[in-house]
Amino acid sequence: MTTRSQPGARAASAPLLGHATEPTIFEMSVPGRSAFQLRSTGVPPLSLEDLVPEHHRNGHAIDIAEVSERDLVGHFTRLSHRQFSVDLGMYPLGSCTMKYNPKFCDAVAADPGLNSVHPGAPAELTQGWLELLVSLEEKLCVITGMAEATLQPAAGAAGELTGLLLMRAYHSAQGDARRRVLIPDSAHGTNPASVTLGGYEVTTIPSTSEGLVDLVALKAALGPDVAGIMLTNPNTVGLFEEDILEIAESVHDVGGLLYYDGANLNAILGVVRPGDMGFDIVHMNLHKTFATPHGGGGPGAGPVAVSKRLVEFLPGPKATRLANGTFDWVRPARSIGRVHGWHGNAMVLARALSYIDVHGADGLERVAKHAVLNANWLRHRLRDTLPAAYDRTCMHECVLTATPLKTRFGVRGLDVAKALLEEGFHSPTVYFPLIVDEAMMFEPTETESVQTMEALAEAIERIAQRAIDDPQSLHRAPQTTPVSRVDEARAARHLIATEDAAQRMSL
Amino acid sequence: MADYLPHTREDVEGMLAFLGLGSLDDLFAHIPEAVRLSGGLDMPEGMSEPDVAAQFSRYTGANRAKASMMTCFAGGGAYDHEVPAVVKMLGARSEFVTAYTPYQPEVAQGVLQAIFEYQTMVSRLSGLPIPNASLYDAATALVEGLNMAHGATGRSKMLISAGVHPHWRAAAKTFARGTGHEVVEVALREGVTDWSSVDATGVAAVVAAYPNYLGVLEDMTVAEQLAHENQGLFIMGCDPVAAGVLKTAGQWGADIFVGEGQPFGTPLAFGGPYLGLFACTTEQIRRLPGRIVGETVDSNERRSFVTTLRAREQDIRREKATSNICSNQTLMAVTAAIQLGWLGTQGLREVAIRCAQGAHYLYAELMTVDGVSAVSNQPFFREFAIRLNRDASEVLSSMAHDGVLGGLSVSALCEGDDQSVPEEISKVMIVTVTERRTREEIDHYVDALRKAVSQ
Repeated sequence: MTTRSQPGARAASAPLLGHATEPTIFEMSVPGRSAFQLRSTGVPPLSLEDLVPEHHRNGHAIDIAEVSERDLVGHFTRLSHRQFSVDLGMYPLGSCTMKYNPKFCDAVAADPGLNSVHPGAPAELTQGWLELLVSLEEKLCVITGMAEATLQPAAGAAGELTGLLLMRAYHSAQGDARRRVLIPDSAHGTNPASVTLGGYEVTTIPSTSEGLVDLVALKAALGPDVAGIMLTNPNTVGLFEEDILEIAESVHDVGGLLYYDGANLNAILGVVRPGDMGFDIVHMNLHKTFATPHGGGGPGAGPVAVSKRLVEFLPGPKATRLANGTFDWVRPARSIGRVHGWHGNAMVLARALSYIDVHGADGLERVAKHAVLNANWLRHRLRDTLPAAYDRTCMHECVLTATPLKTRFGVRGLDVAKALLEEGFHSPTVYFPLIVDEAMMFEPTETESVQTMEALAEAIERIAQRAIDDPQSLHRAPQTTPVSRVDEARAARHLIATEDAAQRMSL
Repeated sequence: MADYLPHTREDVEGMLAFLGLGSLDDLFAHIPEAVRLSGGLDMPEGMSEPDVAAQFSRYTGANRAKASMMTCFAGGGAYDHEVPAVVKMLGARSEFVTAYTPYQPEVAQGVLQAIFEYQTMVSRLSGLPIPNASLYDAATALVEGLNMAHGATGRSKMLISAGVHPHWRAAAKTFARGTGHEVVEVALREGVTDWSSVDATGVAAVVAAYPNYLGVLEDMTVAEQLAHENQGLFIMGCDPVAAGVLKTAGQWGADIFVGEGQPFGTPLAFGGPYLGLFACTTEQIRRLPGRIVGETVDSNERRSFVTTLRAREQDIRREKATSNICSNQTLMAVTAAIQLGWLGTQGLREVAIRCAQGAHYLYAELMTVDGVSAVSNQPFFREFAIRLNRDASEVLSSMAHDGVLGGLSVSALCEGDDQSVPEEISKVMIVTVTERRTREEIDHYVDALRKAVSQ
């Protein structure tokens, strides 16, 4: 079959207008202008002087900005035009699972029957929310093969730290103080950062030349002071850790626990379950696997599911189904306590449940299989341009390398990434994982068509041709985007974090 | 069979042929049989969107606390403020909603500039020069503040006023299990923190809330002196709406400001996603948690924005990072910038004053009701605590039948007894008024409460 790239696959029609700088809202401000309109309340208008003692009052109004509603709309609409997004085009950012975010799930969350509910309202008045949370927890446990879950963690990293605190609570309850947590060298940076905050030391386990955990090194690192290991499977180079059962047995043999980083759960939905691989603690990134929108960097949601022996330590209070069929908040017997101000990122949780319900058992399995199919197709399609770092069947993402382009033409992965932006594609993840030279990690996700991936491949081939013909032009890329390559070193050297910073330049 | 997948049967066959494979299962052939799930997931098959919508309408129907059935007088860090159509629609623009973290600044100037504007607003509200790009919520922002104080002082003792929201204190204690911080709570006396008998020697941070969670405006001078005389940091947890008219954290001498940004454009949403506000002094910049956006130029000398000081972050510093945070609450931060832009200088002040006006009107009315008394005689801002002649949970339940969400039970909020209200905690309730509450609604509240306490 010959695949043809399809019209509309590239987001190359954006941006609409030129390169003019958008002023800040503060630069647009005109004294006396306003946009706000408030309800007429009829409440007696006591003066601020009558309401607040003088030594608490600020001498002057906080200066925000003064703009009309029309100018506010113009400003933020123009800003939105300077922003790439999944809705605009393909976003093959490895390890981020930038799949299409169904609009239906957003509509579900926008329902006032969910989003106008105060989180502190008594359980008798919020039975619908509690049932929703219990339903999500039950389904996440089916998907991961675990016993119970907490929905409180607000993102993946929060889930990791929660999981490590669970690990600590479990060992403490056995009267067993342990010191170290093992992490593969390919791990995402949040893993070691979370380990430190969990009060443990990191022991790094090297990867083999095949991109898998080095089993010999792992066994050598194990001992009675090991609290556990954090693993991603498929791992961060997109490969399945085939020795997982042996790894699990070895860690369990020394009394350690296995932590599953769910960053790559999308690859195995309905095919393999972390619980069946021997994991004790699992966090999920609902904003990846279950398609809740990333919001430009958040919100996420990072529920943590655990095996039976850890259930009593879960954060609380926890929405629970009672014997009489109603729902209430219950604190697990030896709970580590709260890890969030309320019940977690509830709207993200509602979106994820609606996504799971639409797909069901059959749909989730198709999601995983098509995600893996797409990654392998792209890996194979690009083999002559950007060879795979590990030449074998990958899971939902593939790590390719720009080393040949660097060696022959001095064109680096970053240059390819920037040139892709000009082609109407978001770039892949570059220089991660750190163990691969000139890494370019592509995760097409299951929602991109083969024709769109063909268009991406053709764009990369055009860039590779440019590397031969005019490598200098790639160092200058991108030029057609709202701004060209940004001076990151200068931003760090002269920090300008607000409009009021002394060194700020005028427009 | 419902999903959002594009592949036709022919697509799948063609792609498998391209890979030299016979079936989709061949893609998983390298996975050991022993861990493969047989028989699929034990859950229902997929449903169409309208069928799922019908399922969800059962949930929404069972939520009696929704706005269409109940007028909200509950607060405690989650407030029913006006969110106009213009803010909802701009905040729902899919370019903001469906973008990832701005790792490629050339195609992310929209989010980056919006965060820069948000940072400026947080800096002005806090009176502190260094904001960040958002944290999960106020509770976790406080935890990051404590970690910053530990990094700055090398000490672990955290003195936290019991006037700090009970959930924030609970989160601080949870995370202290990992960091080993010693969290010492300082009791309230009649609604005000009693710092008098506290040993602040060797303290890393002194934490106070402004107003405190019972609504009281405490003088911050004592806490500030306690922190700085002992070479610790002073952390203030602030209501950012009240900050529109009160002295800023910077003016009180705070080193770190944390707050809950939900009041700026985010619906009550059953508690999340909310917005952790964070700002600090320049001295602490290398210990800042999370992302920060800075202004710079592009290769053509055009003004541009980019995430900066990246060397602090987990993806570079790994186990030595200042925080483990990666995903934050960017969309809520962008929404806050839009909402604050809509409110503007005058609107922010107006909202703050109207909240206080409504709360003071309701307070005065309630003080005439038999069976209701004040918990504290100190000045308050937009919420206050009252003591009832019976359990707050019963009163709330009764008021609910009159269509009023009457407030928050303090013992429910504290999940038991607490040093903020040492006596008869189950009879204490926090009542909140926002600018959305009319005199008619407030008068109805008084009637409903009178009925509830006379039963």
